[in-house]
Amino acid sequence: MKTLPLSVNPPLFIPFIVAGDPAPDVTIDLALALEEAGADILELGVPYSDPLADGPTIQRAAARALDGGMTLPKAIQLIGAMRKKGVNIPIILFTYYNPVLQLGEESFFALAQENGADGVLIPDLPFEESGPFRELGERFGLPLISLVAPTSKQRIERIASAAQGFLYCVSSLGVTGVREALPETLGDFLREVKRHSRVPVAVGFGISAPGQVAMLKEVCDGVVVGSALVQKVEQLAPRLQAPDEREAAVAEFAAYARSLAAPLREAYSSR
Amino acid sequence: MMERVPNEYGRFGDFGGKFVPETLMLPLEEIEAELDKALADESFKQEYIRILQHYSGRPTPLTFAPNLTRQVGGAKMYLKREDLNHTGAHKINNAIGQALLAKRMGKKKLIAETGAGQHGVAAATVAAHFGMDCIVFMGEEDIKRQELNVFRMKLLGAEVVPVSSGNRTLKDATNEAIRYWVAHCDDHFYMIGSVVGPHPYPKMVREFQRVIGDEAKEQFLAREGKLPDVIVACVGGGSNAIGMFYPFLQDDVRLVGVEAAGKGIDTPHHAATITKGTKGVIHGAMTYLLQDEYGQILEPYSISAGLDYPGVGPEHAYLASIGRVRYESATDDEAVAAFQLLAQTEGIIPAIESAHAVAKAVELAREMPPDETVLICLSGRGDKDVQTMMRHLGAREGEDIATVR
Repeated sequence: MKTLPLSVNPPLFIPFIVAGDPAPDVTIDLALALEEAGADILELGVPYSDPLADGPTIQRAAARALDGGMTLPKAIQLIGAMRKKGVNIPIILFTYYNPVLQLGEESFFALAQENGADGVLIPDLPFEESGPFRELGERFGLPLISLVAPTSKQRIERIASAAQGFLYCVSSLGVTGVREALPETLGDFLREVKRHSRVPVAVGFGISAPGQVAMLKEVCDGVVVGSALVQKVEQLAPRLQAPDEREAAVAEFAAYARSLAAPLREAYSSR
Repeated sequence: MMERVPNEYGRFGDFGGKFVPETLMLPLEEIEAELDKALADESFKQEYIRILQHYSGRPTPLTFAPNLTRQVGGAKMYLKREDLNHTGAHKINNAIGQALLAKRMGKKKLIAETGAGQHGVAAATVAAHFGMDCIVFMGEEDIKRQELNVFRMKLLGAEVVPVSSGNRTLKDATNEAIRYWVAHCDDHFYMIGSVVGPHPYPKMVREFQRVIGDEAKEQFLAREGKLPDVIVACVGGGSNAIGMFYPFLQDDVRLVGVEAAGKGIDTPHHAATITKGTKGVIHGAMTYLLQDEYGQILEPYSISAGLDYPGVGPEHAYLASIGRVRYESATDDEAVAAFQLLAQTEGIIPAIESAHAVAKAVELAREMPPDETVLICLSGRGDKDVQTMMRHLGAREGEDIATVR
């Protein structure tokens, strides 16, 4: 297997925010705050008009970002701006497939590489449709992060064996969004995935509380937290956009992120 | 000879495929496997045909339109009367087929999306008939435009969920139906209403709609002793058009799909996806769609809630790309005029969707000699559109509806 530049060590805290929500310069500050709060990888969401895998929280964030004029090329360039401002952790671009098609797959990878992205995740490009795209990404040194879901079953082995960077496990049936409870079978599912995977296994969808993170640290290598953080951004949005309140609001956001990451660090030190 | 489509990956040439979240891949594989078994199973086909006959009233007639033909003064015009189906449109053909498949798979809960409400009504109807639960997603804007159909669905025992995202029309209802399916795919069957969505839906819906063309071909040959020269059907997602065209694809027959030009294809207010769209992915399929330069999907517009869709079935995209079917468009005003024309000449009130096909057919027939023939797929009846027509004609002519002629 080729060595790809996304080499990461568990346990992984992988926060997700939407590029341009509530404004591009705020996104840069939030990225810096997340790195400071202990993020291992940043997932940067590209807003899309028709996000099939996303629940209401991320749909609203996407709408806010699109209203502000965010596009796929601008989101990629935002990564370049983050690099200049000192964001050093790996950044994964999370985008639906259609904007990539319109930009052109080669142009997309070239632009992503030029701006310092480290990988790509496309929720509506399943394994069967992803072959040529994955190969193209390898040419640019940009891994395509694979997903497995509770319904993947006999597909797990095939998907896991081709996984690059880390493997994203969808915790439960449904779209992104805060869930009150994760399924009881999640542990078994994650153990099954880990058996097949040669890369770290991170779990996402519905993770919003330190207690969940503490439980999950036992059965996987990392957590992705999206809607919970995006909801926090939504709450803080007015203050994040007020010049004299932004610093305090960013600090509040960072503290919240740190509280979600904390159980992973405990796991790390106790191992 | 055309290649057999779709192939094993669900591709119609460059179009189609399965661009969905991983969670849905296994449910799609399960449907595909069961569909192939069902289509090869003589008893499944017999039950499907039996229900179409005894419940929906098939075969639907082929009606010669003498007055319309005389008034237009060209080719002889025929109507394939899908409006005479139970529930008033071709949508029931597909709903019966998919409900039978759901039953075969042991699923008793149906999910459906609807634009004009015709598919939602068909889904609610078959749910009642087969003793299943039914949840229908419908855009808030469409709920306003089609309140009668909303109430019909409720009378039939379905739950109607208003969708408030986006433009609050069919695109958004489909998004929400798919999201709901992702969360409930373990015990729900998603009954898509058109030849859209990920594989195997475009193929499945085609197989359950081709009865339109199969019947029409036999009826037309019996009546005229030859095939029609031109066949015209309206295209939103395109299920009535595929159902009508598919059995004629290998024949020497001109096939014309009619998209909704809304306020004009040179304005932003239309739903003419093949005419004006570009290639991309929508609702799990590679096809033509209306989008901006950054790949954000644009909101379509048409007076017709059933044609108001920014994508189109991938098989239509394919048939357009190889030049087998010609895709044209008709404006709101042209459709409204055709609606009135058919009502007044033949005593048949067409669905406003089907009126788009009538408008283009009239235009084509006018230029053809009297010994040639045009077959129109009259996909549905217009009872549901009477209120829309009242509003449209009243607003346009600025006069009392009672005096509109």
